[in-house]
Amino acid sequence: MSRVRGALFGVWEFVVGDDWLSALGVVLALACTALLADVAIPAWWVMPPAIVGLLALSVGRAMR
Amino acid sequence: MLYAEYELSMVAATGMSATEIGLALSVFLACAVEAVEALTIVLAVGTTRSWSSAMSGVGAAVVTLAVIVAALGPALTSLPIGLLRVVVGGLLLVFGLQWLRKAILRSAGLKALHDEREIFEEEAAAARAAGDGRSGVDGYAFTVSFKGVLLEGLEVAFIVLTFGANQHRIALASAAAAVAVLLVIAAGVAAKAPLARVPENTMKFAVGVMLSSFGMFWGAEGAGASWPGGDAALLAIIPGMLLAANAIAWTVRRTLGLSEAARAATVAAEDGKATVRA
Repeated sequence: MSRVRGALFGVWEFVVGDDWLSALGVVLALACTALLADVAIPAWWVMPPAIVGLLALSVGRAMR
Repeated sequence: MLYAEYELSMVAATGMSATEIGLALSVFLACAVEAVEALTIVLAVGTTRSWSSAMSGVGAAVVTLAVIVAALGPALTSLPIGLLRVVVGGLLLVFGLQWLRKAILRSAGLKALHDEREIFEEEAAAARAAGDGRSGVDGYAFTVSFKGVLLEGLEVAFIVLTFGANQHRIALASAAAAVAVLLVIAAGVAAKAPLARVPENTMKFAVGVMLSSFGMFWGAEGAGASWPGGDAALLAIIPGMLLAANAIAWTVRRTLGLSEAARAATVAAEDGKATVRA
């Protein structure tokens, strides 16, 4: 069991790294894009400001 | 020039589309950076312990990585393109943001620059302290080389897979990775020392921009959005991301009160690979 937990932790560390809030932000931005696209509203503009904002917030958190 | 004309001229000049060139360049840079780091570890255990065992470790790690790419590649390419793009886009974005954050923090002196000479000395000291095990296969040299190459290579294998699967060009991505590894090995053999003068942070910054840009493009497309101009949107997304990341790095340095002279000193340290700490 501890091996499975260790492997899952390893995958989490490899994919998400030390900033899970940025990963969550990426998922939310993609979900928001999908929701807008689903109701036929142009949605391409969601990602650029979202990603730049996530990067700025991530750097800001690391500086504190 | 219209994008269609630009695309045609790129294909005529290189045999590849602009997206494929971006793919190859991203994989090449990411792989070169990771190969430099792996080379330092292998050189340290090879010179202090056993070259044959260190190289056996490298071989085992390369085979493991090849098996991962060969096994997961076809599985990924068989996914529906929309699902593949949103998953791959999301993963590239998470990776890209991590690479960019670390590169920005390093450029501001908030995180130590990779110093290959220092890492080499640390690894070599640890190898000497690990005791003698040179009869037959040296387990220490094998394990350290294997782990070093596998861990540095996993991220590259992941980038090769995600970029390659998305464009259905895994062979091109693998070739770009192979060229990067061969160039780094050739440079290492020529220098007979860790490659301390490679501007790793600048390369990591560039890779972060590319991963984030392609991740944004594919992720949004996979989620159902249509970019204005189709693939041509990448010609705006990549410079836009580069500009934004540079602006954030500049703001961080300004917030910390780093003058342009200090910035120049950081760049010089990057060139000379002196360790810079906050």
